[in-house]
Amino acid sequence: MREISMERVEQIRQNIYDTITSVTMTHEQKLTSMCCHADSLMEVIDLPEGLDELLNVPIPQKCICDLNEGHAPMRPRYIVPDYAKFMKQGSKFLQLDPPQDLWEALNSLLILYKHVPSVTNYPVFIGNLDELIDPFLEGVDDATAYKAIKLFLTHIDRTIVDSFCHANIGPKPTRAGFLLLKAEAELENATPNLTMRYDPEISGDEMGLAGVECALHSAKPSFANHKMFTSELGEGYAIASCYNGLPIGGGSFTLSRLLLNHIADRADSVEQFKNETLPYVMDIMARYMDARIKFMVEESNFFEYNFLAKEGLISVDRFSAMFGMVGMAECVNTLMQKEGKTGRFGHDEEATQLAVEIMDIIDEFNKNHVSPYCKGSGERFMLHAQVGLADDIETSPGTRIPIGEEPAELIDHLRVLEKFHKYFPSGTGDIFPIDITIHNNPEYVLDIVKGSFQGGGRYLSFYRSDSDVIRVTGYLVKRSELEKLKAGNAVLQNTTGLGLGASRNCKILDRKVR
Amino acid sequence: MAVVAMVNKIIPFSSVDGPGNRTAIFLQGCNFDCQYCHNPETIHLCVGCGACVDVCPTGALQLRDGAADYSRVMHKDLEGLPQVSHVVYDPGKCVNCDSCIQTCPHGSSPKIRFMTAEEVMVQVRRQIPYIRGITVSGGECTRQREFLLELFTLAKAEKLTCLLDSNGSYDFSQDPELMAVTDGVMLDIKAWDSKEHHQVTGRENEAVLHNARHLASIGKLPEIRTVVVPGLVDAEKTVTNMTRMLAPYLGQGDIRYKLIQYRPLGVRPEYAVYSMPEEDFMEYLKQLAVSQGFTAVIA
Repeated sequence: MREISMERVEQIRQNIYDTITSVTMTHEQKLTSMCCHADSLMEVIDLPEGLDELLNVPIPQKCICDLNEGHAPMRPRYIVPDYAKFMKQGSKFLQLDPPQDLWEALNSLLILYKHVPSVTNYPVFIGNLDELIDPFLEGVDDATAYKAIKLFLTHIDRTIVDSFCHANIGPKPTRAGFLLLKAEAELENATPNLTMRYDPEISGDEMGLAGVECALHSAKPSFANHKMFTSELGEGYAIASCYNGLPIGGGSFTLSRLLLNHIADRADSVEQFKNETLPYVMDIMARYMDARIKFMVEESNFFEYNFLAKEGLISVDRFSAMFGMVGMAECVNTLMQKEGKTGRFGHDEEATQLAVEIMDIIDEFNKNHVSPYCKGSGERFMLHAQVGLADDIETSPGTRIPIGEEPAELIDHLRVLEKFHKYFPSGTGDIFPIDITIHNNPEYVLDIVKGSFQGGGRYLSFYRSDSDVIRVTGYLVKRSELEKLKAGNAVLQNTTGLGLGASRNCKILDRKVR
Repeated sequence: MAVVAMVNKIIPFSSVDGPGNRTAIFLQGCNFDCQYCHNPETIHLCVGCGACVDVCPTGALQLRDGAADYSRVMHKDLEGLPQVSHVVYDPGKCVNCDSCIQTCPHGSSPKIRFMTAEEVMVQVRRQIPYIRGITVSGGECTRQREFLLELFTLAKAEKLTCLLDSNGSYDFSQDPELMAVTDGVMLDIKAWDSKEHHQVTGRENEAVLHNARHLASIGKLPEIRTVVVPGLVDAEKTVTNMTRMLAPYLGQGDIRYKLIQYRPLGVRPEYAVYSMPEEDFMEYLKQLAVSQGFTAVIA
């Protein structure tokens, strides 16, 4: 452990005091915050040379961001337990036998959720719910099953107070799946986030349309291109947190992100950016991530003490790590300007092609960088188009076209985003508010999803433009809760605070309605 | 030689012109003159008076002597059109302020493109595979029937479904050639009562009702629409009688009844005197249609 200055200690004491006396945080939010303050006193990771001036600098100069994961990570960032295994074997540690009926099944899941850690201290993945629940619906009538599922979902919304919590359904249509969609449409809750793993050939239109109808009420599910994900990660993948594709029974140790726009600021030309500036920063970020992972696996003892690992619900061999990036649009626009050109990302062919070339460089770097503990993804990181932070300014998420600059026609928007989705098995996605009139024509949305999946789209989200539940960048918030928080009241969900920041800085309420 | 159509506009993705996602193609010119027309600039063909040229802020319009090249246009409303001069439109300079449309004294638009079926298909193919089909609307698209035949033949080769949106004045039962490539016709039903229909459109409605029955009987009537305008048409009478008349044919295929709330938006000022119908009344009409076995929606 390295020493730290008294000046820094005093600053952290002040932060602790601010947390204790805050009137807009709930008790649970304060506990999470206190944990971060304690962690910020630590210096235990072997940091690569050159990191400090890329990471610990004012935002406009920042080239690497570690998303405040902390100085001494004591658990992986995202944990994706094998819930199917849990249903089969129960848990010795939790003193639960395998469930025998619907009541036991839902109760067991709710208990396990309380014990799945993550960077948010809440589970970021709560299972392929339709597959988990459906076997227990035999002999249960619809009304009873519906009530049980509604109570189950409400329990989740009110106790897992963080909408990075993500459930999956599909690809097979099941009775449980339809009941879950019906309940989500009725409840209009922010949590859990929901993804439909959709394959037109397996899922069919009826399930897809039920998904669209639900999304027009509650801004979920999003549609994940099941064929694409299985081709990369096999059948045993899940969508967790915002939209992250990860191996079931594992997860992601860590996520850092390249701030491509700020990296571009350091380069004099496109050539320099491609050959020197970007490779230099990527190398340092990769080594920083490796150092964090090494601490987690070799020193934190997480995989030695935690019951999820001991009981085989997760295995260190199923973990990966996410090599993230943001600000592609601004990066390309900056580089074009440096070349004396005016073309903009998403509109000008040359600018968009430059972004493709940059992605190829990042992809090639990642293929050649061996990260020995990332056994869940062939000892390589997985690329991730990060959705941004509430305090990101002039930095668009991943490879998204900036809000306010969307092409006039949705077809042109889709054609651009489809060039980029293929690079990101650990997550990317685009979001579209939809005009209310399509309520009479949910097939309209499903046609777009199907078309886009053929054209290389990976992950698409839709919500009704006047909906209370809306998608911020990946997670969901309720507009009504944003208003309460804005008025100075404490609110239940942690993510509402993030949403408020994003609505001020990231223009999320101004997306082009389709 | 391929026929050339007068195209008002093309909407790449439309959610309101038939089932699913469709590219909608709007053709210029209509033989009805409905009081509450929401796109009155699609009714008449340009007479080349040049009134719009003076108000265009970007110089996108120019007045030229002589007639435009109508040699390959097959449009039923061309006859008698003045051919002294014509307006040339440059889309590259246009900022879509629509000053020209607001100024036009003839209920037309100078922003018409002359396109062959293949040229329209080039625009349509960009949307494959995101669309399940195309819908040709207007104006009244059947005024350019030869173009429809060519366009739908090309679209069928791309496995797209082809719908027409019509005022019902064209006798579809007498055109098996066109119907062979048409998957369905969506009909506007202005009014059941012929006098009311005449008041709204300037035409009787016998042809419209004949078409509705015929198309329903061959399973090619996916949708009928009625704009509900209190004080102008008896919507209750229209919905009741239309659904009663068509109910026996529901076995041939689902018919959706789209009930459209009149809104003054886009309507010519002299006709924007009617008020919007109440939500309750719309719901009442919807239930009338539902009770006859129709899928009914309020738009």
